[in-house]
Amino acid sequence: MRKLTWISSSVILLLLSSCASSSDSSETTVRIAAAASLKDVMEELAPLFEEQYNIELETIYGSSGKLARQIEQGAPVDVFLSADLRWIELLKEQNLVAKDTYIEFATNRIVLIGHDSTSPLDTIQDLKLKENEQLAVGNPESVPAGTYTKQALERIQLWGSLEGQMVFGSDVRQVLAYVESGQVDYGFVYASDAMISDQVITLTQVDNRLHDSIVYPGIVISESRTKDQGQKFLSFLTSDQATDIYKAYGFNPMRGGKIEQ
Amino acid sequence: MNLEPLLLSLKVAGIATFIVFIIGMISARIISRKLFPGKSILESILLLPLVLPPTVIGFGLLYLFGKNGWLGQWLMDWFSLQVVFSWIGAVIASAVVSFPLMYQSASAAFQNYDQNLENAALTMGASKIKVFFTISLPLAWPGLLAGLVMTFARSLGEFGATLMIAGYIPGETDTIPLAIYFAVESGRMEQALMWVIVILCLGFSAVLWLNTWSRRKINFVRKA
Repeated sequence: MRKLTWISSSVILLLLSSCASSSDSSETTVRIAAAASLKDVMEELAPLFEEQYNIELETIYGSSGKLARQIEQGAPVDVFLSADLRWIELLKEQNLVAKDTYIEFATNRIVLIGHDSTSPLDTIQDLKLKENEQLAVGNPESVPAGTYTKQALERIQLWGSLEGQMVFGSDVRQVLAYVESGQVDYGFVYASDAMISDQVITLTQVDNRLHDSIVYPGIVISESRTKDQGQKFLSFLTSDQATDIYKAYGFNPMRGGKIEQ
Repeated sequence: MNLEPLLLSLKVAGIATFIVFIIGMISARIISRKLFPGKSILESILLLPLVLPPTVIGFGLLYLFGKNGWLGQWLMDWFSLQVVFSWIGAVIASAVVSFPLMYQSASAAFQNYDQNLENAALTMGASKIKVFFTISLPLAWPGLLAGLVMTFARSLGEFGATLMIAGYIPGETDTIPLAIYFAVESGRMEQALMWVIVILCLGFSAVLWLNTWSRRKINFVRKA
């Protein structure tokens, strides 16, 4: 019995020490929480940054709303890249935004997507659903793409009549997946999402005067222990090199707070 | 306050429980007391949903009942019934996930009494159907009822598979577990907390009732 206790306690010690050593190495790791729509472009940007700065990045993706909630509840995140200002403001109220770290690095458009067989539309006003057709939208309460879509559709008084045939996705990539897999006929996603998928086509762009401007803000979290490295990453996001990559992924880059056309 | 998730949850869990109760009872009665080749394989398949992650079940259901799945297409063509992204999808998800609980309880219940009682009735000329309803069913009832309550409680709590096949449609598929998830995501913590309390109460009362009721049953048997 005593032998067993001895063995188990040494096992526990071993486990604890391995935990400790792994947390040591994570001091040079910057943990990033990024809006789901940034997934593909981040996967291209991250290795470039890691190589140039010798800083490791660890990225999680989700709807901006969910990520903001997780950060609020103490999720160990150093940098937050949102698709909506609203969630940055929420964190600001909680004093979770490190001073002078706010940047805006890209903009995007909302588009209506469908399957190959659907014919393109002139404007979203022409969108009419048949009785058994469904439309996927990001949940407007937590998914920025859904919030923008709702604003636009409400502006042209289409939201109410379409609402009965809507399915709400928990992030914008889920909306894309719903349309890609053919479970849903139409979806509202970002232009950048439509671009990375070859299983959907863009039917029409949503007039960007119908909703708040879509900017991607980034911040360093005030409780981060790797603020300097996080700041370096944010600067990298506004570099020329990053700018070219945004363009390739269907985003519009921003420089000096101005939208580049 | 919007009570829709509660009513919807009760509707989905109620219908799922009804279906699972009937199918679980019949299949348990047929399978559990017979010995045939491949029995353990068949029973393992029936119990599989208990050990699989709900997302795997959701994936499988999406594959079968999706707009391009063969069952989904068939139901659409023949009955113009859409399963994905509708409350029917939620019922199917709940039913599949809770089926093993009913099957296990029922198969234990049908093996738990003296089968000679059935044989006696059969030799005296009662039909199989009559024997089932007048002998087997009353004797197996405690176990069946336990299975029923467990099935209902599990259906009420189903989340993963439901989200995958039924999606989140307010007023159509937002059962309490989905309402909690999306309330948290949108930062409506009070609303999430309220639904958490509701589901805690429902689950607790189901288990409590089951516990006290089965203890009373044991005492009753001991006294007799």
